[in-house]
Amino acid sequence: MPTGPLVYRQRLITRITHWVWAVSLFFLMLTGLQIFNAHPSLHIGKEAGFQYDNAILEIGARQDGDTLVGVTRLFGAEFDTTGVLGVSNGEPRAIPAALTIPSYQSLATGRAIHFFFAWALVGTLALWLAASALNGHFRQLLPTLSDLRALPRDIADHARLRFHHGASYGVLQKLAYASVLFLALPLMILTGLSMSPGFNAAAPWLLELFQGRQTARTIHFLTMLALIAFFAVHMAMILLAGPLNEMRSILTGWYRTDGEKDV
Amino acid sequence: MFDRRKFLLGSTAAALSGCKIFDSAGRSDSHLRALFASHEGLTRSAQRALIGDALAPEFSEADIRQGQRPNGSTDPVDASYRQMAQSAFRDYRLTVTGLVETPQTLSLADLTTLPSRTQITRHDCVEGWSCIAKWQGVPLGTVLTLAKPKLTARYAVFHCFDAIERSLSGEVFYYESIDLIDAYHPQTILAYAMNGAPLPVANGAPLRLRVERQLGYKMAKYVHTIELTDSLATLGFGKGSYWADRGYERYAGI
Repeated sequence: MPTGPLVYRQRLITRITHWVWAVSLFFLMLTGLQIFNAHPSLHIGKEAGFQYDNAILEIGARQDGDTLVGVTRLFGAEFDTTGVLGVSNGEPRAIPAALTIPSYQSLATGRAIHFFFAWALVGTLALWLAASALNGHFRQLLPTLSDLRALPRDIADHARLRFHHGASYGVLQKLAYASVLFLALPLMILTGLSMSPGFNAAAPWLLELFQGRQTARTIHFLTMLALIAFFAVHMAMILLAGPLNEMRSILTGWYRTDGEKDV
Repeated sequence: MFDRRKFLLGSTAAALSGCKIFDSAGRSDSHLRALFASHEGLTRSAQRALIGDALAPEFSEADIRQGQRPNGSTDPVDASYRQMAQSAFRDYRLTVTGLVETPQTLSLADLTTLPSRTQITRHDCVEGWSCIAKWQGVPLGTVLTLAKPKLTARYAVFHCFDAIERSLSGEVFYYESIDLIDAYHPQTILAYAMNGAPLPVANGAPLRLRVERQLGYKMAKYVHTIELTDSLATLGFGKGSYWADRGYERYAGI
């Protein structure tokens, strides 16, 4: 544990928006997988090919004698994924019940919850962007030139699980948070809107940008996987860097920094 | 002090339990569902404000790479419908009724002599897939203008030949509704042709609705009656559409 002074590191608006995002992303992911189950394929292009093949991922079930086999086809290669994808608990089902909200198949319910939390995410992200532009939080997240020079050392320190507890974020931390807030979440929102036939009328340029509605849907799915990867690393870093100190910081704003003997 | 590990284990368990704790949101009478469904009004207002009269994207002939995928009802069993289908819909009549000054009864020949609109558009199913096809038909606005809607009219309701389910009280025929903003939008047409040929039965012959800025379930197939009304309360369970009565949004712009 660091032994230096407590510093006030996260403002109230940052803490509140952080937790709204955490809750929203939890629901968005599990209802998103519910929605995905209604058409468990990902395509490249403007439409879904039924009389031609433009799928990069397809999850389905196939009867093989007496048994139901879950089949996942990724870039043309087939995998038997019985028990997890395609067939789970003996039922044909792309994503298993444990990973969808509701647990049973209900596209209508999945959609209602998904759009509710999409609004929560967009609203709080807009609020946070406005507040951060005003209070200078942006500068704390964007890596400076000296940060980038320290990048190799920061990577080496992380590889040795040697963490620094400073009043400001380390460069890898800045890059991780900035790429979620300025890249992944905006990408999620824009690809989501690209799937809306109403929004397509308002902003047809979005379809041009993402090369078609089905490609946008595929990018939406892949960005979800990237956010899960971020979440896994985020949790690991909290546990390794001192969970009590990290939790106090994101709940109360106060963070204990390294003292002289910690460095 | 807050025990981080217990918290993490707790939330992992919640995630692994199939999230059954949120299953009550699937019940139409639950408070949770009402809370989540509240997004619909916000979504509709935001989209209406953003979109205005803008057109849905239209595509080129080269984008038509396959037939239009039939979905939902594909072969109505209604006796009067089957009889009409056998004689190429010569006896088909579209009725325009309700809050109108001059109710109309139009044959397919009447409809095809009215000025038509042809558009290559993308059909987006609520399930997630899309399909591009060319649609030709008469703008709904033209037909409504013939019937002269009364000032009190607010919605156009579509009654269809296809019975999508059999309930205790008999067959439930498909019904759908749109407001007059969408009804008079230039791309909202009553289509009688698809990809250069008469509309096939599987895709809604002889007449189906196209509402290009919303999802596929809004685009009622096998339409026989258009009713103008000021309230949707007495239609189905009161939500204004077969699928809205079953938990989906009536405004399907997203």
